[in-house]
Amino acid sequence: MTLKQKRLALILGGLILLAGATTLVLTALKDNLAFFFTPSQIKANEAPINRTFRIGGMVETGSVKRDGVNVSFKVTDTAQVVNVTYTGILPDLFREGKGVVAQGKLDTNGVFRAKEVLAKHDENYMPPEAASAVEKANKAREGATKTLKY
Amino acid sequence: MARTEQQSNDRFQGRWFWRYASPAAFYPVAGRIEKIGWFLAITLAIIGLYIGFFRAPTDAQQGEVYRVIYIHVPAAWMAMIIYLAMAFWSATGLVLGTRLSFMMSHALAPTGAIMAVIALWTGALWGRPTWGTYWVWDARLTSTLILFFLYVGYMALAASFDDKKKGDRASALIALVGAVNVPIIYFSVNWWNTLHQGSSVRPGSSSMASIMLTAMLIMTFAFWAYCVAAAMHRLRTQIIERESGAQWVKELVK
Repeated sequence: MTLKQKRLALILGGLILLAGATTLVLTALKDNLAFFFTPSQIKANEAPINRTFRIGGMVETGSVKRDGVNVSFKVTDTAQVVNVTYTGILPDLFREGKGVVAQGKLDTNGVFRAKEVLAKHDENYMPPEAASAVEKANKAREGATKTLKY
Repeated sequence: MARTEQQSNDRFQGRWFWRYASPAAFYPVAGRIEKIGWFLAITLAIIGLYIGFFRAPTDAQQGEVYRVIYIHVPAAWMAMIIYLAMAFWSATGLVLGTRLSFMMSHALAPTGAIMAVIALWTGALWGRPTWGTYWVWDARLTSTLILFFLYVGYMALAASFDDKKKGDRASALIALVGAVNVPIIYFSVNWWNTLHQGSSVRPGSSSMASIMLTAMLIMTFAFWAYCVAAAMHRLRTQIIERESGAQWVKELVK
């Protein structure tokens, strides 16, 4: 081995060890690095009790109830649902059927009392006409499956 | 060092890339690349911004504010790519002992840091109207902030040695070790729950309307060209500074 090959081997070996160590650390921290808990995790009692944490999921369609600045809605990950209450102004992109991340605590009744609500938008970008076309297509498909069922 | 360089010169004799590993030979080449880079950067940025701001439609979800994507995403990509390029040149410098490799790495660092700042800054301005906050400590945002700190740390360490060679080696280690952060940034949105959305553009697929994607890719090429031009400009300054004792530099500045 020439000096150059030795140095290359040293650097590559070092990088492989470093990558391995990083992978181990990240795997160990996997749960702690989560920005939010999903409704399924909360129902499985994986979320901290009596401590502030974040919940993330979709705002269930038709679940938003407003009473002045008091808002209540349901957060779902399609498997489980958690009730959320919040007092304050919601972000512009807060919509039914769209992503949301809320920070707060669970009360004894299992209702999540949010102190802060953030909207989580998805990675799709399209003009409004395309969006309404997609929506129409989805509705038509749903309609078709319903007809088939009955 | 001189001995190894002599050996390498013998071993690689006749190969064109080795010839351009000499700062004196690469200096005029860097000048030409810089000129082409500026031209492409300005032309592509005009085309990209025109399509992005005047031709591309508004977004169904976000309205007009999504247009910050034409700056945000190219800057974020460049911040990651430049770091990898820096790590590559640092490794090359450590293995082959070539002076130009370290200079290349030093020339890239400030541009990479600027790209990281642009990505973080535009991201904050985008986050406020869409998410409802300028900043959250989620995995994507935090790892990008770490990337910025790595750039700053690299530059500070390289500058803190009186002996340039020691500075080269020490900072090269930061560049190499810090490179593990780049895949963490890229995959953070898949590995963890984050407020930041997933990637719109992945190898082979995209979830953007095609005109929006076109504008973003043209802007990405414009950013590439700018970063190459800026790095080449800085590289030429570095070469003159470090080779100031050489005969050709003395003749050049005469």
